Amino acid sequence: MAKSDSFDEMLDRDDSVRTPYKRFNEWFCKEDAARLRSKQREADTLFRLTGITFNVYGRPDAEERLIPFDIIPRIISGSEWYRLSRGIDQRVRAINAFIHDIYHKQEIVKAGRVPVDMINGNEAFLPEMIGVNPPGGIYTHIVGIDLVRTGPGDFYVLEDNARTPSGVSYMLENRETMLQMFPELFSQNRVQPVQNYPVNLRRSLAACAPDMTNNEPVVAVLTPGIFNSAYFEHAFLADQMGVELVEGHDLKVDNGRVAMRTTRGYKPIDVLYRRVDDEFLDPLNFNPESQLGVPGIMDVYRAGGITIANAPGTGIADDKAIYSYMPEIVEFYTGERPLLKNVPTYRCSEPSGLQYVLDNLKDLVVKEVHGSGGYGMLIGPASSKKELESFRAKLKARPGNYIAQPTLSLSTVPIFSRTGLAPRHVDLRPFVLVSPAGVKVTPGGLTRVALKKGSLVVNSSQGGGTKDTWVLED
Amino acid sequence: MLGKTANGLFWMYRYLERAENTARLIETGERIAITRLEDRDEEWNSVLQSGGVLDAYFQVNETVSKDAAINWMLRSKDNPSSVLCCIETARHNARLVRTAITGEVWEATNAAYMDARSLLTRRVNERDLPKVLRSLRQGTALVRGMTHGTMMRNEVYDFARIGTFLERADNTARILDVKYYVLLPSAGSVGSSIDNVQWESILRSLSARGGFRMEYGHGAGPKEITQYLVLDKRMPRSLAFCASKLCDNLRYLHGGQRKQLPSFKQVNLLEQKYLKHDIEAIFDFGLHEFVQEILDQLRQISTQVEIDFRFYE
Repeated sequence: MAKSDSFDEMLDRDDSVRTPYKRFNEWFCKEDAARLRSKQREADTLFRLTGITFNVYGRPDAEERLIPFDIIPRIISGSEWYRLSRGIDQRVRAINAFIHDIYHKQEIVKAGRVPVDMINGNEAFLPEMIGVNPPGGIYTHIVGIDLVRTGPGDFYVLEDNARTPSGVSYMLENRETMLQMFPELFSQNRVQPVQNYPVNLRRSLAACAPDMTNNEPVVAVLTPGIFNSAYFEHAFLADQMGVELVEGHDLKVDNGRVAMRTTRGYKPIDVLYRRVDDEFLDPLNFNPESQLGVPGIMDVYRAGGITIANAPGTGIADDKAIYSYMPEIVEFYTGERPLLKNVPTYRCSEPSGLQYVLDNLKDLVVKEVHGSGGYGMLIGPASSKKELESFRAKLKARPGNYIAQPTLSLSTVPIFSRTGLAPRHVDLRPFVLVSPAGVKVTPGGLTRVALKKGSLVVNSSQGGGTKDTWVLED
Repeated sequence: MLGKTANGLFWMYRYLERAENTARLIETGERIAITRLEDRDEEWNSVLQSGGVLDAYFQVNETVSKDAAINWMLRSKDNPSSVLCCIETARHNARLVRTAITGEVWEATNAAYMDARSLLTRRVNERDLPKVLRSLRQGTALVRGMTHGTMMRNEVYDFARIGTFLERADNTARILDVKYYVLLPSAGSVGSSIDNVQWESILRSLSARGGFRMEYGHGAGPKEITQYLVLDKRMPRSLAFCASKLCDNLRYLHGGQRKQLPSFKQVNLLEQKYLKHDIEAIFDFGLHEFVQEILDQLRQISTQVEIDFRFYE
């Protein structure tokens, strides 16, 4: 396999196979390349038939597209995972406590650990949530923590997704596909299961039902509709949980409850897993133009008549500017040292930060504070002089809109390319469920892989693919 | 179940049924055209009419020709009832109701759609037509098979069936509406060659030849054909069969509630008033008028089902 300078998760510097990959490698060496290539095609057909497709934003007439799937699994040892999941657990508890504090006493601001401007001037801060107590005290029912790796034990959190993390259907379908194509691999390796996720999700959501719920809570998934790029995932999760998939126009506020229009009249909902952004949730309280939400749902919510997952206003915790304060946030609420590392982050809103970023632009990654999907970012080392200059102008015009980080040397995992195994950069998004019963981290997650040689951008909208992620039972 | 989901199921199965019926009409048209020596294009006029797409066809075409008619019914994007559009619409609705149908039904629907798209990318050559039509019908048949084999018998299934049988009744009635004159007792001497071709065309377009032969033999004429297609409850595309299935499924949906739904009353009326007679009474009333009234009833039932089960509000 071709060498790269980054840490490769399968092969050591001297080409010896690292422990978690040993059994897989034995299998792989006995496999015929032509058979594997046909398996790769089989995987594509399976994905297309199942309908795991997405629409690219801004291209309404575009065909449904598949996210490329690579058949080589990404393998993590049980002990590595144990350390990671403890760190994730800690971080998620801190995030939840932080959001509660921000919408109540703001102790962390009073203690001078997070500047007040970061909260008041933040678009993700929802004044409507001040003083609201969500059922069970949970704000972030579902969290996705994006991790990258740079060395044997070196994991960094790149981003916390505390609003509506997506991609869990790929975690599940990738595993399903691997189980169908390579059953023998799962006989030879003890891979921890991920398939319980939908059952756990439903239990976790039901455990957060409002106090007034007497019977088995009625759960529903709220989708923006069939043209949303993640519609497949919304339908998939509703189907796997055995709950209704609703849109705004199926719902209305009826008798102090949010109710869905069934063939036999309106039926109240206890827990709404919404995949609609805050802004569109309630045209009476937020964006009045929204067709996707339910007029008055926020009033029902504030009166304790429904659980909204994740709670409105959780975006305050996954904002990229807040991200730089995460080590302080973790320490402040848990009283513990953070187990997971943050990537050093320069805030362009601060003069010294901006100066440093301008001076070192070609070595940095610059991101928009509110951006997502890999859009609007600059990767210094991969950019031309012209691109750097034009970005420099943007930075000076709106410094508060940007943060910058050093380019990390992301770890690689091999993909099955036309010429055999080839190292490609990856990240990892584990999925976490939070309820009053505790925090549950699913062993595995979504591994995204930059399929282009040398590329660091793993986003599916920009040429990224996915892999099945194995956590071994040690 | 959500009203929206009931709506999606209803239309998913209506469009699957329509795709299949349209494919069968094309197959019949082609069969008649290549086995008959005169008036070849005339048959396509009545095929388009039976498909309920003649008016729309003339908005785009000047004259009726075989190639244009086949293309219009098979794959035209301008014709929402073309086989391709029907399958696309069915699949779109299947995505909307993905949580109500089984994975097997979804995958069969998606496979039918993927096949239809690849088979109908270009105009279909005459020599490929039989094979393409067979593939298309197999695709939709697989969805039906998966529906029978894997779906719970609950309200989801009831709405699927209601969509299927409303569409099917409509299709049978339309074929009778277009060809009623060859079925009248006054339509010339039994057994003349023209009529044989016409009768064969009617039976073929309803997949009814085999059953009819077994039941009535070769000597039978228009009266028996009408009897078979309108009143015979054993024939799965007859009006009486469809009406009785609609009755059953609406009754299941209704459950134990005391007050009868308006849509159930209407279907009941359809069955009692129109489909319990003997065939002589229908001819006395006038076959054409009779079929017209049935078509009108079917439209009303469709609208009433939407209202009764809160499809839209």
